[in-house]
Parts: sequence; C-alpha cells; structure tokens
Amino acid sequence: MKALTFSLLAEPEERLDLSGLTPASLAGLTEIQIAKLHVGTSRKPALVGDVFKVTGKDVNSLIVEGSSPWLDRVGAGLNGGTIRVTGNVGSQAGRKMSGGTLLVEGSAGDHAGSGMAGGRLEIKGNAGDYASGPLAGEMTGMEGGVLIVRGKAGHYAGDRLRRGTIAVLKGCGDYAGYRMVAGTIVVTGRVGAMPGFLMKRGSLLLDRRPENLVPTFMPCGEPDIAFSRLFDRFLIREKILDKPLLGQKPGKYGGDNAVLGKGEILFRRGR
Amino acid sequence: MQQLTRNGVLIDDTFAEAFGMRATAIIITAPTLKWARQAAITMTGFATSVIGCGCEAAIDMDVPETKTPDGRPGCRVMIFAMGTDDLQKQLKTRLGQCVLTSPGSACFADLEGSAPLDLGNALRYFGDGWQISKKFGGRHYWRVPVMDGEFLCEATTGLTKNAVGGGNLLFLAADNAKALHAAERAVAAIEKEPGAIMPFPGGVVRSGSKVGGKYKGMMASTNDAFAPTLRGVVNSALTPDINAVLEIVIDGETSDAVAAAMRAGLKAVIDLGPKKGALRISAGNYGGKLGKFHYHLKDLLP
Repeated sequence: MKALTFSLLAEPEERLDLSGLTPASLAGLTEIQIAKLHVGTSRKPALVGDVFKVTGKDVNSLIVEGSSPWLDRVGAGLNGGTIRVTGNVGSQAGRKMSGGTLLVEGSAGDHAGSGMAGGRLEIKGNAGDYASGPLAGEMTGMEGGVLIVRGKAGHYAGDRLRRGTIAVLKGCGDYAGYRMVAGTIVVTGRVGAMPGFLMKRGSLLLDRRPENLVPTFMPCGEPDIAFSRLFDRFLIREKILDKPLLGQKPGKYGGDNAVLGKGEILFRRGR
Repeated sequence: MQQLTRNGVLIDDTFAEAFGMRATAIIITAPTLKWARQAAITMTGFATSVIGCGCEAAIDMDVPETKTPDGRPGCRVMIFAMGTDDLQKQLKTRLGQCVLTSPGSACFADLEGSAPLDLGNALRYFGDGWQISKKFGGRHYWRVPVMDGEFLCEATTGLTKNAVGGGNLLFLAADNAKALHAAERAVAAIEKEPGAIMPFPGGVVRSGSKVGGKYKGMMASTNDAFAPTLRGVVNSALTPDINAVLEIVIDGETSDAVAAAMRAGLKAVIDLGPKKGALRISAGNYGGKLGKFHYHLKDLLP
C-alpha cells in the first residue's frame, strides 16, 4: 500500500498545526474526512484539502511533501508508525511524541522534539533553539526516546532533559544541557558557551574538550570506564555516528556544582 | 541390565534423571579475559550443588570482545537454583561480593526470560547517591563509582523457568587416572556446548550420592553401589574390572541444552576408547519417579 502523502500545494498563508496528521489520529478516516480536518490556526482555519493534495492510503507511513517554516507541530503526539517530511518544518516538530519515527529531511524550527517521551525523531538539517525542551511553564523537557539533529542545533539544546538521548552532530549554540535533570546529550562539533549550565544530573558527551565552561564544573580526571565503550557502540549501532565518540578513556568534568552537581561532561581527549 | 557397545566402551541402558530449575545468565566483562574469568570464577565458587550452596553456578563460555556489550573480553556465567527467591538472593550476594569487587569488571544481562531478576538494581546503593542511571537502546544500566573508575551493571537480567538441573554421566574405568582422563575429555567437549554448565570442581564430581542415608537428617549420602572399595560388601553396580568412577553433572538453560551436552560428553569418552579412558558409561537416576526429565543414554549415542 502506498504511503499516505500530503503534498503541499503552495506556501501556506497562515501557520499550520499538523499535530492532527499522525497514524493514530488518521486511522479509520475516509479521504473526505481527512480533507476536512483543520490544520490552519487563524480564525477561519485552513483545511487539509485547502493546502495539501492527498494521495496514497497507508496511514502507518505518512509523507509530508513540502517545505515551509510554517509547518508547525509536525508529528506532535506521534505514538507509532512513521512520518517523513521532505523539507523544512516549523516549530515543535515531534512535540510530546511517545513512539514511532519522525524524519525531517530539511531543518526544524524551535522546540523540535519538545517534551518527547519515546520514539525516534531525526532531523537531517539544523534544529532551532530549545531542541527537546519544555514550553514556557512546563516543568520537564524530554522524557525518553532519541532525538538526532544531523546539522547544528541552536541555543538551550536539551533544556530540562530528564531521560532519553539527544545527538547533535554539527555543533550547537550556548547552554547545551541547560538545567538538565538526567539523560544524555551527545554533541560532535563546536559547542557554544556554558554547556551543562545548571545541570543537576545526566551526561553531556562531547567529541572534544569543552571551552567556555561554567566555573562550577570541576575536572574529574580521565577514568577508564566501560560506559564510554558501551555508549559508543550504541551510537554506532543506532547509526547515529559511524565511529566511536568518546573512546576508551574520556576526560570528565563534574557539575554543575551551582546546583546538585551530579552531572558529568565526558569528552574525547586529544582534540 | 542390557548393554550396548560403542568403540569397545560399554553403555548401560539407563537414563539420567533431572529436575526443573530456575536459571539466569549474565556476561561479566573486564579489561582482559584473565580478569573477566577471575570475577566469574570467584562468583561461581562454592556453587556446586543446591543442597549445600544455595545455587549451582559456573562459566558457560568465554565471550570474545566482538560479542560483548562493551567490546571487552568477557564470559557468560549461568546460575541455577530451585526457586526464584533463592536465585535472586544468590545472584545479589555473589554479584556484590565477587563481581563488584573485581578490578575493571562490568556486568550485563544475557538471558531473555519470563521475569526480571535484579542485578544493578540491587547493587546501585553502593554508590551512596553518586550512582548514575542510564537508559538507552531499550536497556537500563547503573554506573556505580568505585576506586578504579566505575562498576557498570545492567539493572536486571532475565529468569527462565525452563532450566534443567541434574543431567549426568558416570564414567567407570579401570583406575583413577583413566577415569579422570575420560572425565576431562568429557568436560572439554561439554564446555563447547552453549547453555550448559558443569558446576562441580573442574566439572567433575567424585562423590556421587544417593538420596538419604542411615543417619537422621542426611539428605544425601555416598553412592555405595558405585564405590569400588565396597564392591564386595554391598549390592554393587560395579564389575571386578572397575576401580574408579567419576561423574559429570550438567545443568542446562533448556532440556535440549542438557541433552546436547550429554551427547557431546558421551561422544568424547567413546572416542577416547576403553584402553585410555572409561570401560563403561552409565548415568544416575532415582528410579524415574523424582525428576521430570529423563535422558536415556541409548538415545544420545553418536
């Protein structure tokens, strides 16, 4: 069965909320019912049929053909099946997703993977600020799953991360792992200022010695730990990286001692 | 008793009688195979029989670094007990005293079972608040800071209720050296079989037992029918040419693993022949009423 495909007809005239287009919410709907779903966010919201040409039948495998920074909340609440977007998306892609796979072949806006609890969100381009982070007023960020940004991420990546794995492969902005509670953030490439600022627990894994550290991080030696090897193998097995990240004896900083101080920054030595 | 002959070795038409047990398996890794084995040997020490040790345990096999979760050399250890609670208690204490303490060690689950048994979940408090929980790839690990770095330990492992304990082979030989030679050959062959362990010293037991005894409170006592020094004075199972008997006891993850191990042991001793090894091969049973699993030697012959 051919994937259910939503082809963007033209640049939308308003921000679109695509959270209704997931395998679970589309299951059992007829073509006509799908075409009448609201996706616009203005007082007279656009319908699916207004902005997309819909083809295909398989709701477990959705494709969004198109690229616009106004495609918000793509795959929000996804709990199974796959969604692939061929271009860029707006904010909150994969927000609160708990399962399934969301692949964005372009770049994503702010709050990509916000509060996700499971599944796999992969962004081939860049992600905006607050990747995986909570919205204003929320207490926790990401709680599980895997978020991969193959390009760069903006500031505050992994804000209030609680569980799960985030991997950013071409560097990130300032405050990576800001206020993180636990979980794991991998960054290859240049890391901005103050990584791990106010982190309580959790791991920031870097492919180089961090610069611009907060003074409340303390060096903790170069331990020979099995965890780095185990995690390196996980990253390769999941096709997140193609070579080991940390190696056998990573360097370690402990912090942030301005708060609980049980977090760690592990980094590959020699770079 | 009817007897078959293979390569000049007499095979009794009898069977080994075995029991259902609970079992689990873990992989212990270390910077070198020597230290992985050291942790495993220490952990499986004093674990020959559930009668006196609470569990039966041994190394199943060495695991090359390409096959271990953390890419270091390791070995697979299996532990058997009669009940889930016994197994959990033995696993926790042995892990805490013997593996946590061993230099550079890490410990991983290696059995998908019907229920979880605590590994790292039971030991994490040793970290005194500095233990780190990591969940990724569908698995949960604990990292406990220790003096040489970290003890990495998976949170739980699996329990199987399909394990079998008590598969056995008896090697009857002209003298001690030949009995030992036969037993060593069998041990070497069975070590290659996955999912089966031989919990006795070096895999071999010389004090085979019968159920009960003349003294009150003895659950087991010497197997007089197979003791050569008593040949003339008890109802012996030994012919005049037999002067030493050694036994191999096999516990397996499944009944098939026990059968495969017994088949491998039989073949090795039959191939060795009666001049260098055993004149006769038998098996121990209790008349067939106590154990659910019966392994007839004639079905396992090469």
